[in-house]
Amino acid sequence: MKKVSNPIDEILGRYKPARREDLIPILQEIQEKEGFISEQAIIRVGNHMKLSTTKIYGLATFYDQFRFKPKGLLHLVVCNGTACYLNGAGAILKKIREELGIEPGETTRDGRFSYDVVTCMGGCSNGPLILVAGEFLTGVKPEDITSILGSLKKNTTSENI
Amino acid sequence: MENLKKYLTEKVLLYDRDVLPAETLRVLQTITREKTEAPVVYVSSGTAGIIAGSNKTAAAVKSYLETVSRDARVVRVGCAGPLNFEPFICVQLPGKNRLFFRNITEEKVDTILDGVFHDDLPAEELVGQQGKRDYGMWPGVPFMEEIPYFALQKRNVLGNCGCYDPESAEEYIARGGYRTFVKTIRYYTHEEVCSIIEKSGLRGRSGGGFNTGTKWKSALASGSQMRYLICNAKESDPGSFADRTILESDPHRLIEGIAIASYAIGATTAIVYLRSGSAIAAERITKAIQNARDYGIIGHNIFSSGFNLDIIVRTEPGAFVCGEETALIASLEGKRGMPRLKPPYPTVSGLMGKPTVINNVETLMNVPLIMENGPDWFRAMGTEGSKGTKVFALSGRGRYQGVVEVEMGTTLRTVVDLLAGGVRDGKNFKAVILGGASGFFLDEKLLDTRIDFDEMSSLGIGMGAGGLVIIDESTCIVDTVKYYMDFIHNESCGKCIPCREGTSRMLEILENVIRKPRSEDSLTTLERFKGVMQLQTIAAVMKEASLCGLGQTAPNPFISALNTFRDEFEEHIFDRKCRANLCRGLRTFSIDVDKCTGCTVCAVRCPENAIYGTRLQPYFIVEEKCSGCGICYEVCKFSAVIIK
Repeated sequence: MKKVSNPIDEILGRYKPARREDLIPILQEIQEKEGFISEQAIIRVGNHMKLSTTKIYGLATFYDQFRFKPKGLLHLVVCNGTACYLNGAGAILKKIREELGIEPGETTRDGRFSYDVVTCMGGCSNGPLILVAGEFLTGVKPEDITSILGSLKKNTTSENI
Repeated sequence: MENLKKYLTEKVLLYDRDVLPAETLRVLQTITREKTEAPVVYVSSGTAGIIAGSNKTAAAVKSYLETVSRDARVVRVGCAGPLNFEPFICVQLPGKNRLFFRNITEEKVDTILDGVFHDDLPAEELVGQQGKRDYGMWPGVPFMEEIPYFALQKRNVLGNCGCYDPESAEEYIARGGYRTFVKTIRYYTHEEVCSIIEKSGLRGRSGGGFNTGTKWKSALASGSQMRYLICNAKESDPGSFADRTILESDPHRLIEGIAIASYAIGATTAIVYLRSGSAIAAERITKAIQNARDYGIIGHNIFSSGFNLDIIVRTEPGAFVCGEETALIASLEGKRGMPRLKPPYPTVSGLMGKPTVINNVETLMNVPLIMENGPDWFRAMGTEGSKGTKVFALSGRGRYQGVVEVEMGTTLRTVVDLLAGGVRDGKNFKAVILGGASGFFLDEKLLDTRIDFDEMSSLGIGMGAGGLVIIDESTCIVDTVKYYMDFIHNESCGKCIPCREGTSRMLEILENVIRKPRSEDSLTTLERFKGVMQLQTIAAVMKEASLCGLGQTAPNPFISALNTFRDEFEEHIFDRKCRANLCRGLRTFSIDVDKCTGCTVCAVRCPENAIYGTRLQPYFIVEEKCSGCGICYEVCKFSAVIIK
């Protein structure tokens, strides 16, 4: 039996023969496994599916879910649904952008932080919400952001990168 | 386990007569825990519950039961609807009805359970009791259905939510589930099912309001061998969470609805199209499908009827436009999720060019109920043109948030004043936004509108997927319109020009309206006015010329807000003022010399370094540097900072 060397090959192995409609599930699985979609991954998928890489890249960039850079050690998901927005999520996003110096979907240069914006996490009575490392922070205020990021930063340095 | 499966299949699912024998019912009662030997504690497990801390509550309940060494079961149930009650727990003692307690965070668990077990009911957290009147009634405790919040609702679709363990197919079957499906595939033809649904008057709940039975018939009539059913569970409007609550709390009913719908149109493959980022819903529905497969409810030659069905779960990769039927199909085919021109409609040529029916979660949830109780039962509810009930997701500034279900024909005022409990914190009501990002702003006057497809469309409004956001006087209308336009602008797929360019231009103009003027000379003012006048023209063109529903409805918030709150727009444009003091560009701050003690807090916290002064002397704000963020206003302990 051939030894499976790479998680991407393992995923592609399950889609044989791969049809066009399998493309999105394949990319989703790769992202789940690797955390992002690398150039290498796109080339491999292209070889496997006999599709040009531009087609795959074009598709992947259309959808918000796919990211092409690794996530930060700490990944924040910030809710900007209507209820959270009315309670001040806009100001929170602005503050995070200022503090980290990155846009949603990007990762800080030290690889520590990244964040995404979603449109409703379902905790409308507890907003604004931030999800970080599986924990929900509820009722966040813009002025709390600095201390939240600070304490998160402290925790990552002790565990190290 | 195998024995139970065999028992349920033979004695319940395949039992021929309508009423089950008393002996079977007794067994089922133990499965549904209607009668229990040991106490049962139910803890909520929906997303909202987990956000509020229900996982910690469940752990605390378990550790409490261990410490007092009491033999009791802990069952995780779905979301009951009201988010303000989260995390909730229900306690059921042997021979007694369930007691429902609200807001039980981990530290409260011990007191509550101590109270219940020692017959000293904690009054503050107790909401009511659930169960039967003739058995195990708690005296002096109101029944849940008598409490105004629930009495005003008609919970059909949400009927099971929060009552049973969504991960247990056994419990669903014991509650009478899947029997309708088995009956349907054994005794009805495809056409008959379509006719029953058509006769019931069920209309699509995702906004369009097309008769579901008619839609099924047209798919069935197409000559193709292969047909598809898609359950559209991709509600990604900001502020909609009704479908997700259903998926998390009652996935089995949805599967039953999908199975009946697939049978009606003769589809052998059904796809559940989920939104990304709702991990719990995805997990529950996948598990439920697996359970249903174990019971032979989906699979090959189901209960020897010759009907095959497979249900696949697919998660959308994050694009709002994929809620549109043709874009959804494109995304399932592995292409960019862009809509195409209709006709041909998906019922003629859909997924892979085959006839495809796309139904919303709420629509499909109604199907098993109609098949069980008959079309006349359904017709008896609602208004002339709109039958049944409608689910709304309430959020925003109302006192209560959550998922509610009311009969069609109820006025919006009932929903806003009674179910949402009016506006919280003693503020004044301003408007409701009905239908999410492409919805409508309705003010006080329009609240007497009845919830009815035809009445609403005659007023030029629609209810969309049922997102209902309440806003109060502290919210700025222009800012909210801009928020929605920003969202749609991000989500526009870029295929057609009216939507791609229109949303950009509208957003640009709205931003101009609320931006701090760099220099207020005559030319820039003129340009700003010109832009505002163009807003209405752009909106009209987008409505007329966009390819799909996303672009056509994108100007809705702006148009309806301008109609009802014109004065507020004019204030922003002409007076450069925002009454809610939310638009940063339009507000400036100054310091009251008499009140300022020179404590330096504002100067330290100011992100723009716009506050100067000497310690213990009054400070002052440099207006040119001020970005209007308002931090100084919030941090000042002496209320010396004034908004201008």
